[in-house]
Amino acid sequence: MLITCPYCGPRDVSEYTYQGDGNRTRPDPASTDQEVWNAYVYDRLNPAGEHHEIWQHSGGCRAHLAVTRNTLTHVVSSVSFARDAGHKKSDSRRKTGAKA
Amino acid sequence: MVEQESPLKPVWKPGTRGNFSDGVGVYLSETAPGSIVQLAAWHGEEKAIIAAIKKVAGLTLPDGAGGGAATGTKAAFGFAPGKFLVVDEQEGLVAAFAKSVKTETGTVTDLSHGRTAIRITGPKAEWVLAKFFAIDFSLTAFPVGAGRSTVHHDIFAQIQRSAPTQFDVYVFRSFARSFWTALCHASEEVGYEVK
Ligand SMILES: [Zn+2]
Repeated sequence: MLITCPYCGPRDVSEYTYQGDGNRTRPDPASTDQEVWNAYVYDRLNPAGEHHEIWQHSGGCRAHLAVTRNTLTHVVSSVSFARDAGHKKSDSRRKTGAKA
Repeated sequence: MVEQESPLKPVWKPGTRGNFSDGVGVYLSETAPGSIVQLAAWHGEEKAIIAAIKKVAGLTLPDGAGGGAATGTKAAFGFAPGKFLVVDEQEGLVAAFAKSVKTETGTVTDLSHGRTAIRITGPKAEWVLAKFFAIDFSLTAFPVGAGRSTVHHDIFAQIQRSAPTQFDVYVFRSFARSFWTALCHASEEVGYEVK
């Protein structure tokens, strides 16, 4: 699997570290809403198909990247710097209790 | 400044070794620069850092990822977004950058004693390095002056092509002896000279 870093170009996956699901938005740290925090920590889309993820190019420029990867084929369809990206809300985490 | 002791000293064996059926494939050396400085620009301040490199080191960096320049005594290249490595044969580069890079522009980090600079030069330099790192070492993909950040297993490396058949590899000082030993072994098949 190759990920094309916007700075370094195409590099082997062994140069990268997975940083988790890219669909999550951290709740307001002041929030005491347990459902919101529970959803942030535990709810995952787990899709069979395109998935938004955060990777770090830890064995390269060390930038954090927003990556769209197909979980069935490992095809990486988009990569951008995480600081610029901000994931599209259309594909964001399902609501608590909703069916997947 | 404190006299630096090379981490390669216990394994340093000048001379030629390996297969010389096609002559010497690579020459291996330690450049031991007096100054190795890392510069990091705050978001949006990259151009100001590039200007500081021109002012302090006299090197003009081309635009774009991994852009760099090298002379016989000085070198600089981008290795990450907004981040640059600047190297000088002489000591004193840190103090000069500390004066010219303002706090609101970015940061200056002295790595002079933290990195070991290994030079690999010769007709088989690309071939030997390609056995270590999964990046394209061809002159078109990796032009003279350019820099790359990559890794060999857990040994992080910043590589600059300082001449058409010459590369300078910057590794953490604590990994340098291990990397050097591996580099010597990998160079045996093309014949190498340590000098
Ligand atoms: Zn990168």
